[in-house]
Amino acid sequence: MIEIKNIIKDFNNVRVLHGIDGKFLPGQPNLIIGSSGTGKTVLLKCMVGLLAPDEGDVVYDQRNFHKSKKDEIREIRREIGMLFQGGALFDSKNVEQNVSFPLDLLTDTPRDEKLDRVNFVLKRVGLENVNKKMPSEISGGMKKRVGIARAIVNNSRYLYCDEPNSGLDPLTAIVIDHLIEEITEEFNITTIVVTHDMNSVMEIGEYVLFMHQGRKLWEGSKNEILTADVKELQDFVYSNKLLKAVRNEKHV
Amino acid sequence: MQIIGRYFLFLHSLIIKRESFNTYVRLIIDECIKVGINSIFIVAIVSTFIGAVTAVQTAYNIVSPLIPNYVVSLVVRDMTLLELAPTITAIVFAGKVGSNISGELGTMRISEQIDALEVMGINSSSFLVLPKIIACLLMYPLLVILAGFLALIGGYLAATLTGAMTPDEFIYGIRADFIEYNVTFALIKSVVFAFLISSISAFTGYFTIGGALEVGRASTKAVTSSCIAILSADYLLAQLLL
Repeated sequence: MIEIKNIIKDFNNVRVLHGIDGKFLPGQPNLIIGSSGTGKTVLLKCMVGLLAPDEGDVVYDQRNFHKSKKDEIREIRREIGMLFQGGALFDSKNVEQNVSFPLDLLTDTPRDEKLDRVNFVLKRVGLENVNKKMPSEISGGMKKRVGIARAIVNNSRYLYCDEPNSGLDPLTAIVIDHLIEEITEEFNITTIVVTHDMNSVMEIGEYVLFMHQGRKLWEGSKNEILTADVKELQDFVYSNKLLKAVRNEKHV
Repeated sequence: MQIIGRYFLFLHSLIIKRESFNTYVRLIIDECIKVGINSIFIVAIVSTFIGAVTAVQTAYNIVSPLIPNYVVSLVVRDMTLLELAPTITAIVFAGKVGSNISGELGTMRISEQIDALEVMGINSSSFLVLPKIIACLLMYPLLVILAGFLALIGGYLAATLTGAMTPDEFIYGIRADFIEYNVTFALIKSVVFAFLISSISAFTGYFTIGGALEVGRASTKAVTSSCIAILSADYLLAQLLL
């Protein structure tokens, strides 16, 4: 289980995170939602160690990440897979080399086994016959899939996804959401998705943490979110005209 | 001062928590090709013409009948060894390789590729930068040797084809009063310059913040900072070692 306790982060004396707490469900998709500029990505970066919080703890299965020794931090990091907003695929490597990269560097897996594993995860994310393509030759949706494949190839225990739907059409976005949900269940990974896409919330939000101006204002499940009694959350959820219209229709 | 402190911390981060030795071998070979083999053409062109121009201008300035002709090639040799081959090539190298290193790392930074390495538990600075520095340290002295050789060839062709001196006079001048230490000095300079160019360029690129505009700025800054560092080190080494 991943637990965050009182995470505080300042940039140039401006407080960006105001003591965020949360317990994320193990083996489930967990969502951190909120408007742009509310501190979601900063929180995510604190959780994976790209930023050090000024105060607070991030605990991975009883292991306090930021208070561990460097070797232990390295070990925890090797259990983390991450899908970045733009995919963050290595430009100079083809799809196969990108996915194989964590295995090449972090394991002594024999070459044939590595190739089998790479082909397995690529097939699992719905990509076949693209092994030799360069990142510049594939679409945005495919890049996200390759990113997911790379994140899980090393049997990660924790999967982070930063805005997995950004830049994708609604249909592809739903496909990616379902893929994240299926992979989470299939490989028993604890997944944390940062998003502001309400479709994702309604598709895969088993645990949802809502942030507003650097504070946690609400937590619950996708089933509770539509009726939550928090004004900021309601404004966020019903910012979409369609949802607003549906709500008004229900009230009538 | 803050930047200099960050630079030294950056250098320290290159040597701690490295990956396995085998990981670096392949990367260093790749980088040697990128920084060494791919720079041969530009280094060859620049050094040949600089040698030729030095010969022509020296011959043009030495008009006294009291000064023998072979002095022209002696001047070309010493200028090439002491200054032109290591220093001018370093400026060219900073423009080509330094901007490339900075641009590559800057792009990796803004497209989150460096973050991806960090999340995987890899020391990104060591993994990305150390092979580049080692490759520069290995390849740049070889480029300087090539540049020195080609500059002398350029000088020879310019001096003999224009009739400023005979081939025998040129060869005599090349051999006359030769100080072997000058070669050692040139190679010491080349190692220092290679380190400065690669590490400064990597430093500016690695800490790029922003977008494409900032990557361009980082590349420009890498070249200007490297050039300043090269010229300062050039003076310092001349004072210390000559």
